[in-house]
Amino acid sequence: MAVVRPIRKDSPDPIGLHTQAMDNLRFIRSAMENAGPFTAVPGVGGMLMGATAVFAAFAAHLGKSSHAWFAIWAGEAILALAIGLAFAYRKAIRNGTTLLSRSFRRFVLAMVPAVFTGALLTYVLYRAGLHGMLPSVWLLLYGVGVSSGGAFSVRVVPIMGVSFIAVGTVAALAPLAWTDPLLALGFGGLHIVFGFEIARNYGG
Amino acid sequence: MGKPAIGRTQLSPHVVAAGAGARSLDRMIHERLRLGIVSALSVNESLTFRDLKKILNTTDGNLSVHSRKLEDAGYLTCEKRFEGRLPRSEYRLTERGRAALENYLTHMEALIRATRQQ
Repeated sequence: MAVVRPIRKDSPDPIGLHTQAMDNLRFIRSAMENAGPFTAVPGVGGMLMGATAVFAAFAAHLGKSSHAWFAIWAGEAILALAIGLAFAYRKAIRNGTTLLSRSFRRFVLAMVPAVFTGALLTYVLYRAGLHGMLPSVWLLLYGVGVSSGGAFSVRVVPIMGVSFIAVGTVAALAPLAWTDPLLALGFGGLHIVFGFEIARNYGG
Repeated sequence: MGKPAIGRTQLSPHVVAAGAGARSLDRMIHERLRLGIVSALSVNESLTFRDLKKILNTTDGNLSVHSRKLEDAGYLTCEKRFEGRLPRSEYRLTERGRAALENYLTHMEALIRATRQQ
């Protein structure tokens, strides 16, 4: 009698199931990471950065010399960076991710060119004694950086970037006496308003 | 006359269990776009229709159909309101939806473990 043989042998290793499961997990991770900017940009941290900027603006306004003014704002920039990173880390941990997540890396990398340019121009303008130009450069380039980083994020982030550019434009054209109020409005007010919006709608 | 020889390979219990697991998957979120919606909402308190469309790179029609299915299944809630004259739909994951995603992840991990043990 003829022997019946299967045309296709059963595989003891169901590669299909394993591959599909891995693929599904990768997809879930990717969807979470793409949605990550909502969680990566720390709203509460932004509000705190805004509050310290308002204090810095008051202190800088009362400063006796342009060197003291510059030192206060340089200190504020370092403090704001530390606050931003600390709250981004806290938020990432709360959401079960890390600061090395793809979404946060994309946000930071998109900001790097503007921040680097801002730091370089700060050095050049400060050395040339053109302190009056610094506020508009800071506001404009910070706005450019946030807008670029916000391209991978929810709409509120690029809107915040554009708002910084708008305040920076006013600072570039306004009298020097407006410098500290405009810095307070930008780094203080905008951070507080948009930070509150992000904290309220996007998980802290 | 002997029995016909059927050249069938014996599957291990791990793989049989994995297959059974695959059959009991939650079909509601097994579909790609629905899985994406639930995953994105799991890391956000809420997302608007526009946010989801951007994250998942999909069309209005597709997103609308699949989010409605998830809503009907009780996996997410949709709050519709107006901002000025513009309608805004805001989605949130329900406890049921979060539990479904956790179960789905457990299933996937079990499948991978089972096939690795094989």
